[in-house]
Amino acid sequence: MQSQPETLGLWGIAVALAGGAMRGSIPYMFVSLGECLTEKSGKINLGMEVILLMGAVTAFGVSDVTGSPWLGVLAAALVGMTLGALHAWLTQQPSVNDVAAGIAMIIFGSGLAFFFGKRFVAPMAPQLPLIDLGSWSSAGAIRSALRISPLFFIGIALAFALHWIFTRTSWGLKVRAAGDDPQAARALGINVNRVRFIAITIGGALAAIGGAHLTLYFPGIWSEGISGGQGLMAVALVIFAQWSPRRCLAAALLFGGAQALGPSLQSLGVNGYYHLFNASPYLLTLGVMIATCTPHRRLAGMPGALGRK
Amino acid sequence: MKRGEAILVPLGAMIAGLLVFGLFCAALGLNPLAVYASIYKAGFGSWYSWQNTLVRASPLLLCGLCTAIPARAGMIVIGNEGAVVAGGLGAATVGLATLSLPPVLSLTIMALSAMVCGGIWIAFGAALQHYRGVSAVISGLLLNYLAVALMNQLIEGPLRDPSSFNSPASYPLTPDHRLAYFAGTHIHHGLIFGAVACVLAWFLIDRTTFGFAMKIAGGNVRAARLAGLPVGRLVVIAGFLGGACAGLAGMIEVAAVHGRANESLNAGYGYSGILVAFLARQNPLVIVLVSLLTGGLLASGGVLQREHDLPDATIAVLQGILFLFILLSDTLYGRLPFFRSRTPEPKPHAIAA
Amino acid sequence: MTRLTRREFAAGIAAAGVGRAAPSPPPALTVGFIYNGPKNDLGYNQSHAEGRQALRVLPWVKAVEEASVPETVAAGESMRDMIFQDGASVVFATSFGHYDPFTIDMARENPGVQFFHCGGLYDERKHPKNIGIYFGFIDEVEYLSGMLAGLATRTNRLGFVAAKPIPQVLRNINSFTLGARSVNPHATTKVVFTGDWVLPVREAEASSSLADQGIDVLTGHTGSPRVIVQMAERRGLFGCGYQFNQSSMAPHGFLTGAEWAWGTVYLKIAEMIHQGKSVTNGTIPRRLAGTLKDEFCKLSPFGPSVTPASRARVAAAKASILNGSLEIYRGPLRDNEGKIAIPAGKVLKIEDTELDRMDWLVEGVDGRAKG
Repeated sequence: MQSQPETLGLWGIAVALAGGAMRGSIPYMFVSLGECLTEKSGKINLGMEVILLMGAVTAFGVSDVTGSPWLGVLAAALVGMTLGALHAWLTQQPSVNDVAAGIAMIIFGSGLAFFFGKRFVAPMAPQLPLIDLGSWSSAGAIRSALRISPLFFIGIALAFALHWIFTRTSWGLKVRAAGDDPQAARALGINVNRVRFIAITIGGALAAIGGAHLTLYFPGIWSEGISGGQGLMAVALVIFAQWSPRRCLAAALLFGGAQALGPSLQSLGVNGYYHLFNASPYLLTLGVMIATCTPHRRLAGMPGALGRK
Repeated sequence: MKRGEAILVPLGAMIAGLLVFGLFCAALGLNPLAVYASIYKAGFGSWYSWQNTLVRASPLLLCGLCTAIPARAGMIVIGNEGAVVAGGLGAATVGLATLSLPPVLSLTIMALSAMVCGGIWIAFGAALQHYRGVSAVISGLLLNYLAVALMNQLIEGPLRDPSSFNSPASYPLTPDHRLAYFAGTHIHHGLIFGAVACVLAWFLIDRTTFGFAMKIAGGNVRAARLAGLPVGRLVVIAGFLGGACAGLAGMIEVAAVHGRANESLNAGYGYSGILVAFLARQNPLVIVLVSLLTGGLLASGGVLQREHDLPDATIAVLQGILFLFILLSDTLYGRLPFFRSRTPEPKPHAIAA
Repeated sequence: MTRLTRREFAAGIAAAGVGRAAPSPPPALTVGFIYNGPKNDLGYNQSHAEGRQALRVLPWVKAVEEASVPETVAAGESMRDMIFQDGASVVFATSFGHYDPFTIDMARENPGVQFFHCGGLYDERKHPKNIGIYFGFIDEVEYLSGMLAGLATRTNRLGFVAAKPIPQVLRNINSFTLGARSVNPHATTKVVFTGDWVLPVREAEASSSLADQGIDVLTGHTGSPRVIVQMAERRGLFGCGYQFNQSSMAPHGFLTGAEWAWGTVYLKIAEMIHQGKSVTNGTIPRRLAGTLKDEFCKLSPFGPSVTPASRARVAAAKASILNGSLEIYRGPLRDNEGKIAIPAGKVLKIEDTELDRMDWLVEGVDGRAKG
């Protein structure tokens, strides 16, 4: 057990928020980046909620069975790809609505995840190795906050990579063209259906890795309530981030940090109205949205054909 | 669209879905035919099981309308859950304040209050989208969480009945101030509200100028503006009407089922309503059918656990498979050779667009 | 009350038309169980599902069960299905929210069926006679668990992650704290409420923020506090479980936990019914509430870091509880706002119904008893 730790008092809130941002943000980060890619190609995938869930149970199960958490992450990504591909195929059928397909996928996928997850409730699967940046500090809070999952850095790198792909590569251009004006894109000889299929499939893989974080680091168990709406919220964050990967990163960090606000305020002695404090991330997001959106320059990065055929 | 097609295609999709689920069951070592028999028996096999189905379908009717009506004005609403909770809270607060009035009057006021609360909840999102450019999808989702937090704060705080020890709840309504049940059944009168609302919504959308204006505004904003339609007002009113339906669903939970406001207001009916609306292709009359199907599936969830020792999640697997197949079957309209000979329409342009 | 007669009428029709139409060869006794969540949550629901498993030793009992039954009309419908489709003559409803109105309505509708509800508030003026209430007083076990926490802590700060400020939860926070302070007067308990029963991520976040504040023993009262126990292990702290045995979540830091032992209750009720007794005519007690002594609840096996000296102290306290010489709620007790909660000289027995209305937190708890 550790020696008498220093406590940080009010600084604790800052540390808690920073720590919360670095662990709580990861699912939001991966799902919103995956959704950003999906939506840039012109499709919405609300089923991210269930891809997160399936990723979580797959990663945990594979890590438990094989003993290798990284294999778990890989398996989660593969399952995410499969679900993403299924969504892509479904939504490219004429007259199948994206939102409807997403919600049907949520029911189907959560059924599957719960069905196959039954045997993984009790065990403890091997967890992802952490990168320890806080060993210099004697304060337990700082040490723990700075014990960071490698997925955090991978997520940040991904955000910048995705930005680069969108702005600098021809494939990124194709994705954006498919999302903005599929007819024009077809006229340019772009195979819109294939571009979209690939984008949605990769998007699913990314989201599932976010799920792996839930079961292989924080909180590090499999429970049917593990996703708890985080996937849906991450989809909403993409709109908040105006379809920019780097803004997705910022939004995920902000939201992950805000999640830690309610509990840490209570642990510091602010005891009343805990429901409202716990809901503060949602209130904050709505407030920022209302304050920053205007009807004229709204949806700056919004793909022109989002959600349409 | 031919009438035969409209029936045969979804029916075929359901049969295909059931076959896939049968394979799933067979893979688990069960006899699929026995599983089908149980599902049928539990959901639709007798008047007794139909009652179970109807009870479960009842909230879905109103929650489906919450998405379907604004969809006609071009809004994707997913804030149903928040509107149910807001409506339930509105109904409970007003209902408790009017216990001294005659029951019919008090119930009417409750229903109106719930409709106003739910209506404003969704109309707010609609207004934000139209006037501020805040996506209704995101505001709806956020407002869902805020409604639940507000509800918890209220039923653990100002509204709390101190005798509701271990499950925070508001004070109860008196028995005569609750919605009654149909004689000889366990179906409450809330079902009528849902059925009537679906018919009214269909009439409004398909048979009135307002509904027509709403559809134009939902189809092409610019064209609607050119035609002199008040697009903003139409969108907000459509949101209000949808939200009013969900709010009414909350009132029915309070007045018919629980007799008070408690955390069961947040039971997921709102989220189910979104799916119901989309499966029904936003058609209020089809919502009735889809709600019945969903209610029946929910009603048979238990029998799979009790008779076949399947996990609780199995019914979600079945529901998911069926819903995916029904969605997918939309693709078949106008493509089946048997019907195509009589439908001279050109190929659906959706493929190209 | 015309509605009730209508419903009884409905039950009559249903029973005649469907229920007993094609009975399978009747087992001597069919009992039904409904749980609010999945039956392997390593928490509350699993404690009941395990209790139901105990009935397997009785060959004349057929037990059917449904998991994930929400506290909506679905609860009533599931109970009715068990009665009419499976022929259940006894139904156990295990979640608090299954009681009012669902168990009450079903009991009115099916006067020949006995209903047993876990923890409901029976009102004999209003509620039908065929409902029995069973519950365990787990405070004593929480007290013992708190003792181990008080002995193990080095920072004298204990953390408690709780779902909602309801009497059942407040009783556990208070008894845990009283146990800790009985051996370590400097120990205090910090409470964080999450707002709902199953919120794994927020429970983890709350545990983490408690750990950041220098707390070194974590416990909780949620649907399944296994996340909390597991976070304690990960932060190198001690953890105490609740609801079910969560020792597998913390191989090093697990101290003990307060567990339910519903099997005792279910066996007892099944035996009584087999003997022809019934709650309806009063031969089975209306309120069957048991303590540590009645084995309605128990301590989880001690973890490896519990010292022999600590074991001895807990064993001694347990013996005093069992022989009645140790009462947890013995005045004078102050609440954490400085008011007298239980005056000097007054002892509230663990069965005292005044405790069921608990709305205060004892001195030494940092937290607020109201939302």
